Amino acid sequence: MYNGKKIILGLVIFVLLVTSPVLANIGKQNEPPEIDLDTPAISQLEQRQCVESPEYMLANHMRMLNEWRDKALREGKTVYISDSGKEYEMSLENGCLQCHSNQEQFCDSCHTYTEVEPYCWDCHNGSKGADLEK
Amino acid sequence: MNRRDFLKVGALTAAGIGGTIIFEGLRNSGAQAGVIKESNQALKAKHWGMVIDVDKLKSPEDIQRIAEACHKYHNVPDIDDPDNEIKWIWREDFEHTFTELDNPYLNDKIKEANFPVLCNHCENPVCVRVCPTQATFKRDDGIVAMDYHRCIGCRFCMTACPFGARSFNFVDPRSHIKNVNTEIPTRTQGVVEKCTFCVERLEKGLPPVCVEASNGGILFGDLNDPESDVRKILTGNFAIRRKEELGTGPSIYYVIRGGKDSA
Amino acid sequence: MLEKALTGSKRYYAWISLLLVLIIAGLSAYMRQFNYGLGITGMSRDVTWGLYISQFTFMVGVAASAVMVAIPYYLHDYKIFGQIVILGEFLAVAAVIVCMLFIFVDMGQPARFLNIVLHPTPHSVMFWDMCVLLGYLLLNLFIGWTVMGAEKKRVPPPRWTKVLAYVAIPWAISIHTVTAFLYAGLPGRYYWLSAIMAARFLASAFAAGPALLILLCLLLRKLTAFKAPAEAIQALAKIVTYAMIANVFFFMLEVFTAFYSNIPGHKAALQYLFAGLDGFNNLVPFMWTAAVLAFLGIIMLLIPKLRRNEKVLTVALIAVFVAAWLDKGLGLVLGGFVPNAFDRVKEYIPTSTELTIILGVYAIGILLLTILYKVVIGVREQSMDCEH
Repeated sequence: MYNGKKIILGLVIFVLLVTSPVLANIGKQNEPPEIDLDTPAISQLEQRQCVESPEYMLANHMRMLNEWRDKALREGKTVYISDSGKEYEMSLENGCLQCHSNQEQFCDSCHTYTEVEPYCWDCHNGSKGADLEK
Repeated sequence: MNRRDFLKVGALTAAGIGGTIIFEGLRNSGAQAGVIKESNQALKAKHWGMVIDVDKLKSPEDIQRIAEACHKYHNVPDIDDPDNEIKWIWREDFEHTFTELDNPYLNDKIKEANFPVLCNHCENPVCVRVCPTQATFKRDDGIVAMDYHRCIGCRFCMTACPFGARSFNFVDPRSHIKNVNTEIPTRTQGVVEKCTFCVERLEKGLPPVCVEASNGGILFGDLNDPESDVRKILTGNFAIRRKEELGTGPSIYYVIRGGKDSA
Repeated sequence: MLEKALTGSKRYYAWISLLLVLIIAGLSAYMRQFNYGLGITGMSRDVTWGLYISQFTFMVGVAASAVMVAIPYYLHDYKIFGQIVILGEFLAVAAVIVCMLFIFVDMGQPARFLNIVLHPTPHSVMFWDMCVLLGYLLLNLFIGWTVMGAEKKRVPPPRWTKVLAYVAIPWAISIHTVTAFLYAGLPGRYYWLSAIMAARFLASAFAAGPALLILLCLLLRKLTAFKAPAEAIQALAKIVTYAMIANVFFFMLEVFTAFYSNIPGHKAALQYLFAGLDGFNNLVPFMWTAAVLAFLGIIMLLIPKLRRNEKVLTVALIAVFVAAWLDKGLGLVLGGFVPNAFDRVKEYIPTSTELTIILGVYAIGILLLTILYKVVIGVREQSMDCEH
């Protein structure tokens, strides 16, 4: 091979560099995010039930929020009747965050772990919203 | 098979697989479990409009009070630099409210009267016509609404608006809001905003903030309903709108009683 | 073929380095704007579009002007333009990319630019502007690159390039018409609310664009082995002459309507631009310079003896280009916002950050143009070498 030594050396360095994150973390365990459901509002609920089931919310909360956003803002429909028959106000501050008032321990804990930066909080007031207690 | 053919087949396969993935992904989106409807408390109308009884707004401080109430409720930032200021409702005098009218012998009372100017929620809004993403759109009840999530900040709507009713967030507004009203979101830098006829309050059955703060100076109601307050006052009084000849159909009427004999 | 742009003389590398420096300066200025917001520019609540959009408007014209070379060559078999058609097409490519960059730096939420595609809005002229600009870019890119590739291989270009060229001709007219429609349909802006906007835009474009193209050809004559035939330059210069005369004529028509009708709304912007309004007059010197340059340029271009002298021609073309740029790139867009909706005057002065970003965007366009032209020169040099 022409310039064989340099090429093979370069390839080895390249492979090492590219796999360095994996190599550096062999044997370590990453802490999963701790989602804190312990808020004053939730502890006062008779039934610990969210808008939909936890599995549904985990998989679909962003899609649901997007659809809520369009229906509430663009069509003026602000009431959501879930499978269980309960009515909820379709709003971040006046809906979801009324129960999940601990944005940092709830929303942010998973998002920080997965490196997701939703821009909701650029405008919406988060856990400071709607006179919520932390 | 030569290299060219291989690449062609490979590209088609990749496009097919990629397309299928995207297609399936889109098909599964919008999976909704529940039912969505309007709130029972919401105030409804076919064509929301305002009548401003100019005589009842006796001083600039009246309008200042109204503007502060509106801006405080909606987290409108207070920016010192007049280039970047954001205002939803404010005071102008006759000459600057009705720029197309020109009466050199206009009586002083009207010349110096206090006119609140705000978005006119036109029936034929130019801003809606030009918005490339439908971030500003006209609702069925006549309100010209804003979707801050979709606005790309191109400011075409501001260029198009003949009334100068819209403001742009040239900087991050949050540092310029003294006391955040936590019930209402703020906006973020790079989007356009304006008066929204308090849609959030209408949904709860409440009138707009400016109407409440005006002590009868601003009336709000359904222009389509002959029995509404706004229609009744218009039947009994002469009223004008801003720049009517442009055909945008503003929904804000100014009742100007005029003359030194008026109260 | 891109490899032709990677090698060159020392002067070539110095030029590329200079452009890269300007681009990096522009990029860092843009990062400041992205973080701080558009408040870092001179735009205001009253003058909501400033130099970014006005430069965009001017460059759409330059992009459309390729049609002035394409029509004689493709539709009327004017073979003399054969050598320079590709230069016009590549100028169009660079100009359209500059246009798109200006739109991008002007947006308040640039990360959301895909919203125009995700939520198409046929009643918005800006949506159509994006469509036609993208289409025009692709047309010129495909045609130009394929023709160059064919020239390199010493074969005639495939038939479909001719079909696309026929499509590109009305398309070019459409991009500038649609851009004019951005302005001409707004009821509140009397300076723009005129049927002649699209015609004025096209006339100004067909003067400024070919003027730039000729200047580039003359530059290439000095710097490279590519010598555009004198006859082609003269023919294009005549096109510039009559387009500029039409441009000035259309402007005078606007002046007549405004001042003979005496309607305040129609007069106000012209008064602001040429005499000042309510004491504000920072555009007055620019507008009168444009007027003087336009007339001088037209006279120099009209007199055949002067036009045939390439030194005088250079001066005349620069005068015409600058006049068109001052009229469209400064007067038209900025003047439309004066007076504002409340009959008050708010003036606009660009900030240094804004100007740096503009310089950076132009540098990107010039870099693109340099690379594309280097490819053309490289391919042609190779053909000429092979002939010996």
